[in-house]
Amino acid sequence: MHRWVLRALGLSYLGVLLAAPVGLVFWRTFEHGVGPAWDAVTTPAAKHAFVVTITIAAIAVPANTIFGVICALAIVRRRFPGKGILNALVDLPLALSPVVVGLAFLLLYGRNGWFGSWLTEHGVQIVFALPGMILVTIFVSLPFVVREVVPVLHEIGTEQEQAAATLGASGFQTFRRVTLPAIRWAVGYGVVLTTARALGEFGAVSVVSGHVVGKTETMTLHVEESYQSFDYVGAYAASVVLALLAISTLLAMSLFKPKEEIR
Amino acid sequence: MAIVGRDLTKRFGSFTALDDVSIEVAAGSLTALLGPSGSGKSTLLRVIAGLERPETGTVELDGIDVSGHAAQKRGVGFVFQHYAAFKHMTVRENVSFGLKVRKRPRDEIRRRVDELLELVQLAGWSDHYPAQLSGGQRQRMALARALAVEPKVLLLDEPFGALDARVRKELRGWLRRLHDEMHVTTIFVTHDQEEAMEIADQIVLMNHGRVEQVGGPRELYEEPANEFVMSFVGPVNRFGESFVRPHDLELRIEPNGETTAGKVERIIHLGFEVRVELQLEDGRDCWAQVTREEAEQLELAPGGKIFVRPRREKIFQS
Repeated sequence: MHRWVLRALGLSYLGVLLAAPVGLVFWRTFEHGVGPAWDAVTTPAAKHAFVVTITIAAIAVPANTIFGVICALAIVRRRFPGKGILNALVDLPLALSPVVVGLAFLLLYGRNGWFGSWLTEHGVQIVFALPGMILVTIFVSLPFVVREVVPVLHEIGTEQEQAAATLGASGFQTFRRVTLPAIRWAVGYGVVLTTARALGEFGAVSVVSGHVVGKTETMTLHVEESYQSFDYVGAYAASVVLALLAISTLLAMSLFKPKEEIR
Repeated sequence: MAIVGRDLTKRFGSFTALDDVSIEVAAGSLTALLGPSGSGKSTLLRVIAGLERPETGTVELDGIDVSGHAAQKRGVGFVFQHYAAFKHMTVRENVSFGLKVRKRPRDEIRRRVDELLELVQLAGWSDHYPAQLSGGQRQRMALARALAVEPKVLLLDEPFGALDARVRKELRGWLRRLHDEMHVTTIFVTHDQEEAMEIADQIVLMNHGRVEQVGGPRELYEEPANEFVMSFVGPVNRFGESFVRPHDLELRIEPNGETTAGKVERIIHLGFEVRVELQLEDGRDCWAQVTREEAEQLELAPGGKIFVRPRREKIFQS
């Protein structure tokens, strides 16, 4: 009895909150067949939005992966003044609403912002352009690699690294041959979460993008824009593309996994 | 001298792990750093290896001051209590690690690793992962890994501490034989006085971050420098100012003028050895260690009267 109640509860929760909305999106997309959906995602605006989203992710994810690993190593393996602050700052993007992040970047780099006049003088445009969108995406997707790697670094301890040092390995050799293999799954999982966040970001990007169709529009913005202009098929079809991107990230991760992981 | 440490001090916060310690280890010897936990013995070993930086003092290896060198440059082999095996590498990859980072030719690495695996009796295990080995095998692998780079000195931090009693005993004898074959200057840390006495040429006994005494196993036992050394390296009875080993307590059926009367409380038979727990007439408790034959001759029985005299005793000036 107990088991059935729990199972039913779990499944209906997932059903109502996850499966139904996602399923509905798929159903609505292909309601009139594959043709209209395909047409909707191959318009110049949709294709451009796709390219913008991929470009942003292609820069933000590697940047946050490299920074995340370095930052996790610093937090776990080093002692330095301000370490507590760094540790707390890393979580800031999780606590802060993306819209606020977007506004903060406007205040900093916008025309009337702190660096605004300097940037305009030197002909650099950050806000309402791709650089600003990349920056806010990096900001909001920053914590994931760090948060995945930190506990694993704690768990593996320092003995293997010390052993490598006594065997004559340099700091970099130790990192590449000992530390990195030990944390690779945590890094991989962090990359998946970072990618998902970067692909799906809406609020912060929305504020700094300026919504210039065919120029500064990501997939998520394109979905909203299509929906607002009553292009429901376009909105749903673009959503499906986003969902498929997320799924393929997860699949790519599981493909990299070796068949037998020995612990 | 292969290893010289001079005036080494190391603090962790307010805790002084090493308090102005100096140590000398002869080339080719096997030395034990013995002491209770928190005595600074592991810290001293890690300072020699360059894994810990002392606040003061110098470390010399083969006459060269290496105080400023990182662990990577010191050419020491280090074996950890919990093996520190590279979990994602096979036994062969673990052992060849030091040679690979030195960019040695592949043929040479293979030959050397085969030799070492033979030496540590893991020849058939080269493609296994550490998780598939027993504790004793993992520690032998760690030893082979440390020896692969032909270290100037070999440092072992409680190498058998994580193993069960039987494997521990087996590996002790094996380590001694290995040392006799290879003659690498070796220091190992242990809190087990029996282990230290069984395999070391020289014992450095530490307590509270200081060296209490340095000497051979016999010297420490027969001529302890102080009360701590005497009670750490073997059992002891204390009678006011004097200390007597249980086997130096003579038991007699009749008094002879020098003896004290007492009562047998309990008799414990441990095969060859018999432990006799006594209460002296002034109420003090002590125990004597006698052979089975002696126990039979004395016709010991709980509650029986007995007379006691120390054969040898130690009095320390404080």
